[in-house]
Amino acid sequence: MQLSTLFQKSITKLSHLHIVVGTLFIATLYVTVCNLFFTEGSLLHVSNYTVSLLGKYLCYALLALAIDLVWGYCGILSLGHGAFFTLGGYAMGMYLMRQIGDRGVYGNPDLPDFMVFLNLTELPWFWAGSSSVWWMVAMVFIGPGLLAYVFGMMAFRSRVSGVYLSIMTQAMTYALMLAFFRNEMGFGGNNGLTDFKEILGYSLQNPHTKLALFIATAFALAIGYFISNYIVNSKMGRVITATRDAENRVRFVGFKPEHYKVWIFVVSAILAGIAGALYVPQVGIINPGEFSPLNSIEMVIWVAIGGRCTLYGAIIGAIAVSYAKTRFTAIMPEAWLFGLGGLFVLVTLYLPKGIAGLLANLFDKLSIVKVDAAKGDIDKEKVADAEMKS
Amino acid sequence: MMRLLSVLISGIISWQALANDQVINADTAPTVDKHSAVLIELVQKLPVTKLKKLPVLVEQLASTATLKNTKKTRDVLQYLVDGELYYIKANKHVVRAVNGENKTYTLTDILADETFAPVNKSKIKKIKTNNRLRGEIRGYIAKIDLSSSDKNTRIDAINQILSNPSKPGLSAVRALLATEQNDDVRELMNVTLLTEQLKHGSHAEKIAAIKQIEDSLQPVVKNAMTQLLDNLPTNNKSTEEKILAANLTKAIKSIDGKRDLFGYLETIFFGLSLGSVLLLAAIGLTITFGVMGVINMAHGEMMMLGAYTTYVIQLAFPNLIEYSLLMAVPAAFLVSGFVGIIIERGVIRHLKGRPLETLLATFGISLMLQQLVRTVFSPLNRQVQAPEWMTGSLQINPVFALTYNRLYILLFSLLVFFALLMILKKTSLGLHVRAVSQDREMARALSIKSDWVDAATFGLGSGVAGVAGVVLSQLTNVGPNLGQAYIIDSFLVVVFGGVGSLWGTLVAAMSLGSINKFLEPITGSVLANIIVLVGLVLFIQKRPKGLFPQKGRASD
Repeated sequence: MQLSTLFQKSITKLSHLHIVVGTLFIATLYVTVCNLFFTEGSLLHVSNYTVSLLGKYLCYALLALAIDLVWGYCGILSLGHGAFFTLGGYAMGMYLMRQIGDRGVYGNPDLPDFMVFLNLTELPWFWAGSSSVWWMVAMVFIGPGLLAYVFGMMAFRSRVSGVYLSIMTQAMTYALMLAFFRNEMGFGGNNGLTDFKEILGYSLQNPHTKLALFIATAFALAIGYFISNYIVNSKMGRVITATRDAENRVRFVGFKPEHYKVWIFVVSAILAGIAGALYVPQVGIINPGEFSPLNSIEMVIWVAIGGRCTLYGAIIGAIAVSYAKTRFTAIMPEAWLFGLGGLFVLVTLYLPKGIAGLLANLFDKLSIVKVDAAKGDIDKEKVADAEMKS
Repeated sequence: MMRLLSVLISGIISWQALANDQVINADTAPTVDKHSAVLIELVQKLPVTKLKKLPVLVEQLASTATLKNTKKTRDVLQYLVDGELYYIKANKHVVRAVNGENKTYTLTDILADETFAPVNKSKIKKIKTNNRLRGEIRGYIAKIDLSSSDKNTRIDAINQILSNPSKPGLSAVRALLATEQNDDVRELMNVTLLTEQLKHGSHAEKIAAIKQIEDSLQPVVKNAMTQLLDNLPTNNKSTEEKILAANLTKAIKSIDGKRDLFGYLETIFFGLSLGSVLLLAAIGLTITFGVMGVINMAHGEMMMLGAYTTYVIQLAFPNLIEYSLLMAVPAAFLVSGFVGIIIERGVIRHLKGRPLETLLATFGISLMLQQLVRTVFSPLNRQVQAPEWMTGSLQINPVFALTYNRLYILLFSLLVFFALLMILKKTSLGLHVRAVSQDREMARALSIKSDWVDAATFGLGSGVAGVAGVVLSQLTNVGPNLGQAYIIDSFLVVVFGGVGSLWGTLVAAMSLGSINKFLEPITGSVLANIIVLVGLVLFIQKRPKGLFPQKGRASD
């Protein structure tokens, strides 16, 4: 009984931030240890394939976090976050393309294969500098961030909101998809960028590199969660939440909601871009298909299923739905779209708060029981004390 | 060896059969028989005639056409041009041979519809022709066609002569010009003769010809003129040549001006045609999204259902392809409308006032509908046939033609538009729909069953989407992804036009279609698409309520 009160106390002291980062840390440590120190065939072994898969899921989780930030806390339903994700991915892809060097099919030391194939003689201007890591890191931030800034400035200043905004974001990613499918864009047309060899001098085929990428993704997710958590709990986060609930009132009080909206939109886009950049070396390809509106909507459903307006819910949703997708498409590919479609409908109808809401409910019930029990214990103790005294 | 023998025997037998036939026919139609005999005799001379002497023989052959077995003669000449006329080496018997499977040739008797067993190439030999002879033969064929009673055959024949002038053809045109009844045909004949005069006539004749045909839009006329102009010496022109050059330049300029004009008209027509498709796709959405305020992401799938309904109807009534579209329109309306009502009752009703959730839920429905179609019909595209009356084109002049399917679709989309307009403005359902969309509580207070109106409105919008699907089945592939391709475009049309405004949708659809088609020649179709998308996004920033905003004082 002492233990349960202790548990109760420690739980209330622990914030979501601690739980999420802690869980993430433990999971990463577990996967790392099991991958490195248990040989294949052992019960505890985690295969390289699983490590890559988990790395992919964590990228999705970071992306879901970014969407939750704008949708859950600011009420902007973006159906175009795939665009930011893919742009980040392309920035990384360009860097990786240049790392191939003369190991490509055509063996051209300067030009990636697809450019040789398109009869280009020199790099297009926007590829300049792409062989440097710092350029890549800068582009991962600037590409999605700038797009989000320009788009957000125009949309939020003219007070486009709600469904209109959603449809416009969808049109944005659709237009980008069409554009990137063109060979003339200089991003590899519909084949995209692929056949990567190494990152920072380490071979991408090496399982240790994959493990390192997985750890880096986990790290990025933890930092992303920390930043998001900080933003939503700051004063600014309150203004943003208020904007979601009553934009006009916020404006009447004297704030400029569009500034806050643009700001949160840009932060979210950069987070999505980072997720994309980490995603590309782990799956080994980036192509314009990632821009497709369907992908962006699938991302939104992760958040909806996980539970929006709770940052950890987005992470749970992304991982759970992606895992279900991996499973279902392997077992019965036909059923997956039925399943996904059904999830959309059921979750919106019956689970408006998602898994996180469900968990919170369960937790509340549990804690009420526990508190009751604890109270009971205390009462008993008091009685016992009183008896002792008397 | 055995095979050759069997071919031989069958050939002889068939020949005999043919002869017997002729004997039988002799009682009923003696003239035909007599001329057929002449034809056969001439045809059998083909293998033994040398190439040099072939023109004479061909001329004789062609002259049998006037003796009432026109079709057979024409066929023989056609086979000769196409290089399908062979003779069997063993007996010099002339047959038509078509390249079949396994490097063998299928042989057909040229005068009777009789097929011999396929033989190897070594057993037969082609009757050789040369380019000049082929030109002449084409001329003879055209001449035969010129005397046809069908107007289109005659026009095709003259066009053939116009693009490949040959002596027999031209003389035939000249001979038949006086007796020609039809104006179109006569004009075309004139152009043909004048073009010829332009090419080979004397100076005065050339000038006269230019004066007469400078209105003609036939591509051949312009080609002939440019050629003539290019062949004139650049410097040191004689006076005659100078006059000719001046006349030619003027005529070419006038022709070019006209062509440009019709080019614009054609682009506008294509633009309106694309616009009409957008209109059909978007107009159902105007009702569900604009009037009801419901975001239906499954709208595209309603179109897809309509297209598949057309497919199913064609499967069910394979003999009634001509009427299949007429049957499909009401059927698709009912199918999609019914599915729409189910969606409204089952899902959307519970999400009232939560537009973003509605968006997600209907998107889920669209995924399920797509997968349903994939499971039931197959993920591959299905073929929907076009009825006869939808094919072909309305040729207004040589450079401007309206294809019937686009023309009908344009008219049909306007019909649907006005029908919807009437329903919303003139019927009690329309009145109720507008009342509910403006003030639900008040409408309910006035005893309008708002639930019922919602279901009916959604059914109507979805039904119209189904009708749009019938039309799309005539333009694109019918597959599970049919709807997805149109959903973003149709939303943009609705938003561009101003939500809830039917007229806005019409204007938006037509102008977007036209802009797209005008940009296409400059930028290419994908880039045009992107430019229009970006332009629309910018436009919505400037005027978030679209072209024709609904007036009101409502605020969020």
